[in-house]
Amino acid sequence: MAAQELTGAEIVIKALVDQGVDTIFGYPGGAVLPIYDALFQQNKIRHILVRHEQGAVHAAEGYARSTGKPGVVLVTSGPGATNAVTGLTDALMDSIPIVCLTGQVATHLIGSDAFQEADTVGITRHCTKHNWLVKSAPELARVMHEAFYVATHGRPGPVVIDIPKDVQFQKAEYTVSPHITHRTYRPKVKGDIEKIKEAVDLIANAKKPMFYTGGGVINSGTVASQLLREFVRLTGYPITSTLMGLGAYPASDKQWLGMLGMHGTYEANNAMHDCDVLINIGARFDDRVTGRLDAFSPGSKKIHVDIDASSINKNVHVDVGIIGDCAHVLEDMLRIWKSKARRPDKAALADWWKQIDLWRERKSLAYKTNDEVIKPQQAIQRLFEMTRGRETYITTEVGQHQMWAAQHFHFDEPNRWMTSGGLGTMGYGMPAAIGAQIAHPDALVVDIAGEASILMNMQELSTAVQFMLPIKIFILNNEYMGMVRQWQQLLHEGRYSHSYSDSLPDFVKLAEAYGATGIRAEKPSELDAALKKMIETPGPVMFDCRVDQLENCYPMIPSGAAHNEMILGDDTDGASVSEEGKMLV
Amino acid sequence: MIKDEKIERHTISVLVDNEAGVLARVIGLFSGRGYNIESLTVAEVDQGEHTSRITVVTTGTPMVIEQIKAQLDRLVPVHKVMDLTVEANAVEREMALVKVAGTGERRVEALRLSDAFRARVIDTTHSSFVFEVTGTPEKIDAFIGLMRPLGLVDVSRTGVVAIARGPEAM
Repeated sequence: MAAQELTGAEIVIKALVDQGVDTIFGYPGGAVLPIYDALFQQNKIRHILVRHEQGAVHAAEGYARSTGKPGVVLVTSGPGATNAVTGLTDALMDSIPIVCLTGQVATHLIGSDAFQEADTVGITRHCTKHNWLVKSAPELARVMHEAFYVATHGRPGPVVIDIPKDVQFQKAEYTVSPHITHRTYRPKVKGDIEKIKEAVDLIANAKKPMFYTGGGVINSGTVASQLLREFVRLTGYPITSTLMGLGAYPASDKQWLGMLGMHGTYEANNAMHDCDVLINIGARFDDRVTGRLDAFSPGSKKIHVDIDASSINKNVHVDVGIIGDCAHVLEDMLRIWKSKARRPDKAALADWWKQIDLWRERKSLAYKTNDEVIKPQQAIQRLFEMTRGRETYITTEVGQHQMWAAQHFHFDEPNRWMTSGGLGTMGYGMPAAIGAQIAHPDALVVDIAGEASILMNMQELSTAVQFMLPIKIFILNNEYMGMVRQWQQLLHEGRYSHSYSDSLPDFVKLAEAYGATGIRAEKPSELDAALKKMIETPGPVMFDCRVDQLENCYPMIPSGAAHNEMILGDDTDGASVSEEGKMLV
Repeated sequence: MIKDEKIERHTISVLVDNEAGVLARVIGLFSGRGYNIESLTVAEVDQGEHTSRITVVTTGTPMVIEQIKAQLDRLVPVHKVMDLTVEANAVEREMALVKVAGTGERRVEALRLSDAFRARVIDTTHSSFVFEVTGTPEKIDAFIGLMRPLGLVDVSRTGVVAIARGPEAM
């Protein structure tokens, strides 16, 4: 018997259900009305109505990163699709699996500059891992399943399926299985065993080893984090991580040196600079991490594990490049290490730790508090201390508050930390918190924000209120685009060009206007009680935390400098940035 | 990175699914990441399988060439990437159509030189020839150079196509 014929819109819904999707984030419009009609007539998929399509993608990112599952977005043609572009680019840079369905004008209107027509596949070709324009309903089911496969296999990323309105009405059979084998795209997950052996030899013979891990460990799944922990503990070696990799290794462990890079700790960056074997697992030698390339970890043999072959030798030349999934490669590394009964060089390692402990004593994240004004670091530290033991998910916006959060909120589990690393998208945090809260309804989800960033997607507070999502928006309000101001202070002789957040709203009243709870704290003495109130209030809360306006984020590796040329907070002479460095971002 | 690395010229073959937008993906990759394209040719090579073969001649340091290959390889519709300059002893050919206008001795000289290059005359009037010439890009450069003083008016070149020597498929 022939399979039952479904409309294109029904095929979309059925394919989503077959993929195990239970939640999508979207915004309706003319070119997706048939899909919204099909959504209306079913109850397997929950639709979260956002207030702007960028918010939909960031919410899907928050959902994806806090669960390890792909996030799904549904938006209309034209402005719906173009509004999603920032979110898609963000997901591409941070390797987040997103399936974004966009409506398109009917096939016979494509190319005619029709109402709300945009060349969506053309526009999104550069900000997706792959995209499709589906020109007939019989292709639709196959493309849907292929899209999920591509988004979630290999290095994850966003994909777009552009579906013309007539295709959503057209009928076709739904015969495809959700488990497809792709014709061309079959990424390799197992690493080359000879190279892994070579890496294990290097690791075992190291005198001053250093693990440097990244978002790839998180993306690989919780098994990768467990294997990483086992391997790092077995070796006794120090470990640091990129912004994206926080939580893969517990920050409470004694082998943890804190984050590295531009705002990384003194001990992590110095250890990177001086180590003799660098073990990069799932990180990509990003410029925020390496600083000046020709002075990056100059004396080390470098091992690089990455699922994306194009990441290897892109920025930094490595001695052993292993293409594979972190969990698979770590499993092989552990097996070889154990079967060959490898032991680290105890004496050399003890000396290395002695050196690291000297760097640690520098206490590079220290800050001075007073009774008059709340320090932003203090606010985050208190938030961390007051939420310990809870299931807490943290998202951030972009800027100083983001770096302070990475420095002072410590993660012991993967998938608890969501931040826009690669693209640096202000406005990411609140929608991402919405996505994380949808996935974890009983958890505490906090968006650590700045007063400038939060205004970029403020409209999503309405989404949180509508769906009764008890997210907490913790605004470190210094009335400046703090990171811009900091760079203007260090690089442009204190000419604060347009970095003052003028005409700010009253965030407490604004929260109330949306139907949320507003809280304000202005003095250190008020902080704990206000935080307690924020945590205990059942619905969405916006907390206007007034902090020291001119606090700078340290330590800092100025642009164009090396890891051992950090500026620390208590340096009196401040920064010196080379002319070349000023050209860098 | 090491800045004074030598710039090399590589011919890269890319076997792709012949689907909408595939060429735009390849070209977009080169322009988006700032790689050079010296020439690019593309046509379907297997109608049943719907595969096309793209031959791209590019220049860059060895590290950039490696990046180009890795970046091409991770495009979803790409079946295979082969660096014909490194992996195979390859043959390269290009075809050009060359229009030369003139009369008298210059016209005779153009015809005589075309013979030496095994170029064919595929169109002629009393005052012009269109030559079809095939060979390595260098040979075509040389032919065009010789035609210039003899009344060269127009050139159309295909860009390089290349294939590995020997019995194996790509």
